[in-house]
Amino acid sequence: MGNKQTIFTEEQLDNYQAPRTVLRAGPQPRPHGLQEESHRPRAHEPHHPDAGAPGTREAAAAGQENPFKERIVEAFSEDGEGNLTFNDFVDMFSVLCESAPRELKANYAFKIYDFNTDNFICKEDLERTLARLTKSELDEDEVVLVCEKVIEEADLDGDGKLGFADFEDMIAKAPDFLSTFHIRI
Amino acid sequence: MHNRERLGDRSGRRPSRKQAARAEGAAGRRGAQPGQKEQAGGSPRPGSPRRKQAECRRHLEPLGERGRSSAERTSKGRRKRDGRASLKKQRAPPKTEKEVSRQEEMWKRPKKHRPPSLASSASGPECLSEEERARILEQVEDSKKLIATMRNKPWPMTKKLRELREAQEFVKKYEGVLGKGKGKRLYAYRMLVAKKWVKFKRDFDNFKTQCIPWEMKIKDIESHFGSSVASYFIFLRWMYGVNLVLFGLIFGLVIIPEVLMGVPYGSIPRKTVPRAEEEKAMDFSVLWDFEGYIKYSALFYGYYNNQRTIGWLRYRLPMAYFMVGVSVFGYSLMIVIRSMASNTQGRASDGESANFTFSFKMFTSWDYLIGNSETADNKYASITTSFKESIVDEQESNKEENIHLTRFFRVLANFLIICCLCGSGYLIYFVVKRSQEFSKMQNVSWYERNEVEIVMSLLGMFCPPLFETIAALENYHPRVGLKWQLGRIFALFLGNLYTFLLALMDDVHLKLSNEETIKNITHWTLFNYYNSSGWNESVPRPPLHPADVPRGSCWETAVGIEFMRLTVSDMLVTYITILLGDFLRACFVRFMNYCWCWDLEAGFPSYAEFDISGNVLGLIFNQGMIWMGSFYAPGLVGINVLRLLTSMYFQCWAVMSSNVPHERVFKASRSNNFYMGLLLLVLFLSLLPVAYTIMSLPPSFDCGPFSGKNRMYDVIHETIENDFPTFLGKIFAFLANPGLIIPAILLMFLAIYYLNSVSKSLSRANAQLRKKIQALRVVEKSHKSVKGRRSTAESEDTAKDASQNATQLQLTEEGTTPHPASQNQTPGKKAQDPGTSSSASGTTLPASRHLSGAQPPGVRPDSGPARSQTHPWRSASGKSALRPPH
Repeated sequence: MGNKQTIFTEEQLDNYQAPRTVLRAGPQPRPHGLQEESHRPRAHEPHHPDAGAPGTREAAAAGQENPFKERIVEAFSEDGEGNLTFNDFVDMFSVLCESAPRELKANYAFKIYDFNTDNFICKEDLERTLARLTKSELDEDEVVLVCEKVIEEADLDGDGKLGFADFEDMIAKAPDFLSTFHIRI
Repeated sequence: MHNRERLGDRSGRRPSRKQAARAEGAAGRRGAQPGQKEQAGGSPRPGSPRRKQAECRRHLEPLGERGRSSAERTSKGRRKRDGRASLKKQRAPPKTEKEVSRQEEMWKRPKKHRPPSLASSASGPECLSEEERARILEQVEDSKKLIATMRNKPWPMTKKLRELREAQEFVKKYEGVLGKGKGKRLYAYRMLVAKKWVKFKRDFDNFKTQCIPWEMKIKDIESHFGSSVASYFIFLRWMYGVNLVLFGLIFGLVIIPEVLMGVPYGSIPRKTVPRAEEEKAMDFSVLWDFEGYIKYSALFYGYYNNQRTIGWLRYRLPMAYFMVGVSVFGYSLMIVIRSMASNTQGRASDGESANFTFSFKMFTSWDYLIGNSETADNKYASITTSFKESIVDEQESNKEENIHLTRFFRVLANFLIICCLCGSGYLIYFVVKRSQEFSKMQNVSWYERNEVEIVMSLLGMFCPPLFETIAALENYHPRVGLKWQLGRIFALFLGNLYTFLLALMDDVHLKLSNEETIKNITHWTLFNYYNSSGWNESVPRPPLHPADVPRGSCWETAVGIEFMRLTVSDMLVTYITILLGDFLRACFVRFMNYCWCWDLEAGFPSYAEFDISGNVLGLIFNQGMIWMGSFYAPGLVGINVLRLLTSMYFQCWAVMSSNVPHERVFKASRSNNFYMGLLLLVLFLSLLPVAYTIMSLPPSFDCGPFSGKNRMYDVIHETIENDFPTFLGKIFAFLANPGLIIPAILLMFLAIYYLNSVSKSLSRANAQLRKKIQALRVVEKSHKSVKGRRSTAESEDTAKDASQNATQLQLTEEGTTPHPASQNQTPGKKAQDPGTSSSASGTTLPASRHLSGAQPPGVRPDSGPARSQTHPWRSASGKSALRPPH
């Protein structure tokens, strides 16, 4: 963390106080908790294992183990390459917090699973998702079968890939999407 | 004035010069020269209407502006109009002096149109008219809604922040005006409480999960071996819970009262080791057979005394013994049936998820909370396993094969298995016959004494694998195959159980027939002892030492011991099988693989799979033993609790250390009602012999709580007659009347029939509805696919359209922003209608205002242009546009 003590200005704190009370989200706007972020405003998310606040550390641990960690940072970064500004960082936590609404989560989940960012989840995306979920332990034909089944189940407009509408429709029926798609802060 | 303007305005948006001009304009319009500003604002003559007006306006002007701009921004922001408004503000080019002032005036107009109307009433909240109030309220509500729904919007944080701040400021300001500002603190407080509550609930849930015993172990196993193996462990855990309750019942109501309050050990014959056995009573080999001291302990039926009440509590032990025996069965029946019912209920609700098996697995199976690498590994394993399970299901449903061949094989397999069952049945019969002969002979060898048990164990060990081999012919889905396997092994075990029971019954009848003679012997011994000669007649003889009293064989204890032995040997066999069959095999395969001529891991011995069917049935039959034996050996349940506890840990360890997952990992059926059904059957089967013995065999004359009675259930008669008031006795007698029981049974049958038909019709309706939903889904899908095809065809067009729209938008923005005046000219033209020349309004208005300043309404002259000017604003900003003042 270095010797440098970065303190937020009143105004900055105030800025994030607002989303905190209203969004009930975001990291605790304590100066200590976020020192590291303010150090490196463009911090790469998976590499900040020891942020000051214990909550952030926990969340960071969850980030470490997540098979989609690169995708998460990419989906939340404005440049799409995984460089998070502080605002993006706060944004990420506000989406992944427990109380964020389903539509919002679905929106970002779609972005996360859309590997090639073409606004569709196509077979290639599915294969990559599956490979990450199972550490590539399924056979070739099993992977093909699973991807076909997913498309068959969720693709409503018959274009062979999942648009956001398909995805949202499917996610809305998922019983444990909300309980699994969040990070405890 | 300046300050307030600036406060209201977003600071720094405009050149200060303009602000000054604007301030001047504002002041001028109020009827004061720029120089007289102080005077006009600061000290108007008291009582003059003008003062009031000015005050009101000053009060409201910033509000008006702020309200307009923020409301505009908030509501228009989403409509992309926001840029236009603010840009217009920013880029208003300082042209000529005149133009600026005119523009300024134009600027003021839309802002002003509210204050004048507001100004018509007094300053402060009471100066708002109803309409104004309603409007502001509406805007405030809008902003609040925006604040509330801000979280739902997938905007980047910067945008959220900006919008939020504006909306919040607006609300803060206007809630104050409307006298609603107090809510904020309460709101924050409520938020805090809500947050704490959520946290508490979460912690409590965590706590609850932690309280479930072995949850982590089972999840661990589930993630590696699939839900089918885990279902065995869940069943084991459930069984452990049931046994704990039974244990509590028996220990709390029977054993502990007897130990604490009953006659102590060694005081009466039934509580003393007989003289003949005394020397060997403490030997381990004797104890191991549950003879010696253990036989004469509170673990067995024979130890209990037939005293009606014991101790200072006057606890009716025989009564309690009987009732506990009955309630063990009652509770077990209730809990089994209840869990079966709840399993069926749970099954009805998963209609939707069946449509999206793979999608849900794909997109919602990873738990983003996982932050522990070990947990993560488990999760990977479990996701893979669950995918494999679903794949097996899917492949199975798609399988198309030669039906005739399959059928032939199935028939063949069943034939073979029936042969096996018959063979084993005959073998058992043969062995039991032989053992009855052996039992008549003296000095038989160890093998001959234990032949029945050995043969049964061997059958139990070798038949299931044989069945499994034969079942491979049938080619069922593994889940269906498991059920068949379970049924077959159940049949095999049932044979074992009943031969065992029959042998036991023979034994019991033998002992019962001997009882009469022993009774006589006992009487004679005691009689002789007391009446024997050679003793001083005057002094009463000390009673005979209890160890010397001859006594009967006490068949109840014998039965209890038999069950006890069976349970323990069963446990040992299970553990040794696991140790040898799984662990040593795994060790051998693992370590000898380095120096062996073929691959042991992939080839012949390989590692063992977890034998679900055998384990489940072992558990079920063991429980049957417990149910049967617990009446005659109250300590049996305690032993069983220990057994289940150790086998939980032992088997968990064994599975994780030396087993491999099944080749085709399959999903357990959602409700393990099949296990429960078997359990219920076993419970019923074990209820029969116990009920038979209680109802039709006379209890031993010299041991147990019911000794001396004709039948065991006489204890209830006795209690009713002696301890209840007479009318209750009469009622019971009346209730026991067959004339009442038979109608009651009939009624029950009717009720069952009715409920059954209702549930059938409901399930039919359910199936129909499900079919309908399915059909709807298909229709929807096809509909959408048609639309989708059309839309893909049009997608290029729409894309073009979208880009055109975007450029148009840009154009309009560019077109409007540099020339706010040009936009203002259209209203300007319109504004000519009322007669006031709009071009001159910059200069004429103050004058007219000045002129009309004395008039109380005071807004007429500029309300006209204001009204006309609002039209574009209204069209632009929807709700935030101001209605013409009344």
